[in-house]
Amino acid sequence: MNEKMILLGDEAVAVGALHAGASAAYGYPGTPSTEIITYLLDHHEHDLAVNWCANEKTAYETALGTSFAGRRALITMKHVGLNVAADPFMNSALLNLKGGVVIAVADDPGMHSSQNEQDSRFFADFAKIPCLEPVSQQEAYEMTRAAFDISESFHVPVILKLSTRISHSRAAVVPSASRSQNPVEKATDKQNWMLIPALARKRFDHLLSIQKDLLAWSESCPWNRLEQEPASSTAVIATGLGYNYLMENIAFMAERPSVLRVSAYPVPENLIRRVCEDKQRIIVLEEGYPFVERLLRGILPVTVQIAGKMDGSVPLSGELTPDNVRPALGLPAHEGIAADTGALPGRPPQLCAGCPHADTYNAVKEALASLPSGLVTADIGCYALGVLPPYSVPETIVCMGASIGMAKGAAEAGHENCVAIIGDSTFLHSGVTPLIDAVSHNADITVIIVDNETVAMTGGQKTILPSSRLVPVIEGIGVDPAHIKVIEAHRREYENNVKVIREEIGFRGLSVIISVRECIETARKKNREKGRTA
Amino acid sequence: MTYDIILTGVGGQGVLSLAAVIATGAMKQGLEVRQSEVHGMAQRGGSVVAHLRIADAPIPGDLIGKASADMVLAMEPLEGLRYTGYLKKNGILVASTAPVRNIPDYPDLDELLGRYTKLPSYRLVDAEGLAKQAGSAKTVNVVMVGAASSFLPVQEAMLKEAIRGLFQAKGEQLIEANFKAFDAGAGSAS
Repeated sequence: MNEKMILLGDEAVAVGALHAGASAAYGYPGTPSTEIITYLLDHHEHDLAVNWCANEKTAYETALGTSFAGRRALITMKHVGLNVAADPFMNSALLNLKGGVVIAVADDPGMHSSQNEQDSRFFADFAKIPCLEPVSQQEAYEMTRAAFDISESFHVPVILKLSTRISHSRAAVVPSASRSQNPVEKATDKQNWMLIPALARKRFDHLLSIQKDLLAWSESCPWNRLEQEPASSTAVIATGLGYNYLMENIAFMAERPSVLRVSAYPVPENLIRRVCEDKQRIIVLEEGYPFVERLLRGILPVTVQIAGKMDGSVPLSGELTPDNVRPALGLPAHEGIAADTGALPGRPPQLCAGCPHADTYNAVKEALASLPSGLVTADIGCYALGVLPPYSVPETIVCMGASIGMAKGAAEAGHENCVAIIGDSTFLHSGVTPLIDAVSHNADITVIIVDNETVAMTGGQKTILPSSRLVPVIEGIGVDPAHIKVIEAHRREYENNVKVIREEIGFRGLSVIISVRECIETARKKNREKGRTA
Repeated sequence: MTYDIILTGVGGQGVLSLAAVIATGAMKQGLEVRQSEVHGMAQRGGSVVAHLRIADAPIPGDLIGKASADMVLAMEPLEGLRYTGYLKKNGILVASTAPVRNIPDYPDLDELLGRYTKLPSYRLVDAEGLAKQAGSAKTVNVVMVGAASSFLPVQEAMLKEAIRGLFQAKGEQLIEANFKAFDAGAGSAS
């Protein structure tokens, strides 16, 4: 059991949940969180329910059912996924959770593969629940285990805030003995699970009443660690990965400062007061938004000098690095080689050679070229890469499912030839409900579902429903079957595809075109697997 | 001792498998390793970079700072030059000479390779040619491990053990081809 394992941070969370006796794990794929569920699916010798879900909200609600039945559940998502799950998340803080609920949320500062860089600590603060922030793969394992215990002792959900560099970095993890799963034992206090106003008020008062206990826990938590240097006039408060980059550089500093490492929330106010006592200069290094720094600065004047993101000592956007924390620490940049090797052309990510989306975009582009004015809203997935030449088709990309509602809004504002482009998995995640809106008001839009039968961008997970279910779903909502067209996203079908797309855009009403061809990566993977079994 | 390596190439070239061989070898030798990877959108046919840190003591973070890397190890010559800002003063750039021309404005190859002469320390490797000579074009990544091996703090025996482990399932023949590829890379010093 105590044998060293080499794990990605995400995998360490998965193993942590297994060893914590989790009975279930639910999530929706999203970089950089995906490998948590992937690992659990690949290790099905363990007796727990592991599912990809239609979206983060359904994943969250399913986990609440696990908790009500007395057992532990892990929920996984990327940071923006928590926006989708915000409704059950915020309300679940008011429940009297029975089985522990841990939400592994992977933030993506620097937006390696995301639409924004929101900091999930604000969500934990908003819901008034604890948050843990690992800085190593070992801690990702240990904190996942601890998070379940904390959730069960305070009966609230706990956020495990990951970030790209922890999720997608590999290191040795030493596991400890497993805990067995909770028995199936339904919660008997149903008044603490039904949030009608009269009961919700009581539950909210309860949540407020335990805040002092949560604070006391965080003040004494070993992951919030104070190392005092009484002789120094400087204190550094480092949260999350900021601590790693401080450690990377601390030996180069002129004098060793007092250090407060913060990795457990609510914000340990007393520890902060203690580390700042008698100091003239406070340096704050935070991966994410200036969450602690904003509290420190407040609104009224402060007598100490504070260096951090809000005064520009550390960049406000992007991820922290060992380099960009150095100015705040009073250190010069490292000196490298002086060679000037000239300018280089960029190499942005692009659609794979042979990608079906390329064939769809080519056809859409030609269909629109013959019209006086078109408008194309797109969505989240590999097909977002169609923004680059030679396609340059999408004009908007906002969030999961936004394409359909935005096309309807633009059409109702009076624009003609509005086209929404959305992937099959994104459609099932958040596209069905706006399509219901479009049906109910017979919106004059053309929805093109680019169906590659795969959640491709996150590594090729299977879409939650097979392609064959898409037409019945769309018919069932009430789209006129005469304007539901299925085309093959292939070069040989090009002329026909252009014709179908042009006709449906020209139709004054709602059309749905499903442009189908399997993701070439998925096809390759299947071929490799076939080769292996043959 | 800390040895920091920036690994780079184009999405799909197997930069991560290259990192895996070195990381596994280092761990077999009892060294600490942290290896950061690239997933998601960044991966699709674009420039990719992985950070591999090897040390004989705990490693504080996953990222290597600018002007701090002991080596940039590149599967592709244009991508190698892109990351020279990570090299410390005595750091070396080891790069494959085989271009991936999936962009319209790819520079002239001879001119591009000529820019390497401005670097204080580099090694260019005909990884594709050596892999073919070793018997399998699929062994280019292992050729590059071989080419880097004399600079690494990891013993050759450990790297070979890592190669054996990674190709175990695929049979003795492929292991042998990879050993040959490794030796060809290691002997490519010029």
